[in-house]
Amino acid sequence: MKPIAQLIMTAAVALSTSVIAPAYAAAEAPDALVKRVSTDVIDSVKADKDIQAGNTQKIMDLVNSKILPYVDADKMTAQAAGRHWRQATPEQQKQLSTEFRTLLVYTYAGALSQIKNETVEFKPFRADPADNDVVVKSQVNVTRGEPITLDYRLSKGAQGWKIYDINVLGAWLVQTYTSTFNSEISKGGVDGLIKKLRDRNQQLASKPLKTTQK
Amino acid sequence: MKYNNKSARYRTSGLALAVGASLLLSGCATTNPNDPFEKFNRAMFTFNDAVDRTALKPVATAYKEVTPSFVQTGVNNFFGNLSDLWSSANNFAQFKGRDGMNDLTRFAVNSTFGLAGVLDIATPAGLRKHNEDLGQTLGYWGIPSGPYLMLPILGPSTVRDTVALPGDWWGDPWTHVNDVPWRNGGIVLRAVDQRASVLDASNLLEDAALDRYEFIRDGYLQRRASKVLDTDKAQERSEKVQGQIDKVQEKVSERLEKLGVKKPETPGTEDADAPAAPAGAPAAGAAPASDSAPNNPPVPAPVSSGAATK
Repeated sequence: MKPIAQLIMTAAVALSTSVIAPAYAAAEAPDALVKRVSTDVIDSVKADKDIQAGNTQKIMDLVNSKILPYVDADKMTAQAAGRHWRQATPEQQKQLSTEFRTLLVYTYAGALSQIKNETVEFKPFRADPADNDVVVKSQVNVTRGEPITLDYRLSKGAQGWKIYDINVLGAWLVQTYTSTFNSEISKGGVDGLIKKLRDRNQQLASKPLKTTQK
Repeated sequence: MKYNNKSARYRTSGLALAVGASLLLSGCATTNPNDPFEKFNRAMFTFNDAVDRTALKPVATAYKEVTPSFVQTGVNNFFGNLSDLWSSANNFAQFKGRDGMNDLTRFAVNSTFGLAGVLDIATPAGLRKHNEDLGQTLGYWGIPSGPYLMLPILGPSTVRDTVALPGDWWGDPWTHVNDVPWRNGGIVLRAVDQRASVLDASNLLEDAALDRYEFIRDGYLQRRASKVLDTDKAQERSEKVQGQIDKVQEKVSERLEKLGVKKPETPGTEDADAPAAPAGAPAAGAAPASDSAPNNPPVPAPVSSGAATK
């Protein structure tokens, strides 16, 4: 009698979680989301020898499948470009956002290939449930030296929470790009900036991720 | 009210620009209010970069590849341990008693049981490092960082931190080693070790940055500000002092106006303020700054502040 009851229970639990899970995911709290994604990514890197060896294709697949769905590239680019964003045509906006996102993917991929023994520690998350814009704080504990602070800024949209800025060692990524974007746009317009980003991306595409390591 | 604020900002940033420009440059147009010495800084950056490419980076790369990992860790720990002492003093000067005691204990434990600091046994025991220097202490007391300054060999800094530098040198126990070859050798070894520990990061940075000078500047200034203003108290104090500085600058420019010195209008400055605005609250982004001026011409001349240098 007991095994049957257990079976039914298991089936019921499995069924209910599979039905509830998608609805639950949409309402996932921002800190839980960041925690889940970053743990998932780090575990994948640690379990994959190819990634540690610098296999570009594999790292790119990882970034594309596990990180990009949770990144709001348009918002990120809009903030970095400031008022120029609203003056750009929709086509320019699309190109700019794509190129900027690609550049960040390359950078992030390079950083991922360097993960070895690091552990991530999340700081207590405090936010009003009504907030639409929150910061999730974490730090990366490294084997030597000070821990690296790593914060994520998320906003709530139609598709749930998405990351649109990260802070590494006290510097926000978007703000760090702001003046570069500004000066490139004042030199060659939005198209000039798009071209500059595209050239850099092509250059990075043809170069192996790891240049210094054997 | 809003208009008044803005005109005050025009004046202060205009004044800062004019003062900065007359100090170091002749006729250089700048768009960043934090970096009036951009021309000088860029030249220094190019110089540092050349030194790095030809000497420091190759040596650091070789050091990283040839030296056994435990030796590198030992070197890093040894110099890191020495820095804990000065860091502890600065923590106390900022009334961070707990961190100060923590760093002092680190130094005591690692210097003895850690074989003169070569082993870092304090970190696994839960005593974390807090790097604090004199520049951060001055910042805690409300002294603003001043413009960005690129120092030869030493790299990115600010005017305040450069002023604090002799203090930090004095506070570094290694500079008190009497044997000159040992002292210099140690300083070089420390520099190589530090360069080696950021090799991967600097390679990443080369990929990520479109303009490395700007990227490093903006990243550095943000990072430094976040290290200084790491408590509410420090933030309060810095706002207070900044308010007083603004008042003095306003008075000076009022006097100047009374004396009949006409300041040229600088339409570029408002534009230049935008990147500086979100420093305290990045949530605001750059949007509100430009929203407040809906009548701006769509394509303002971004480098028109050159007029201020005349």
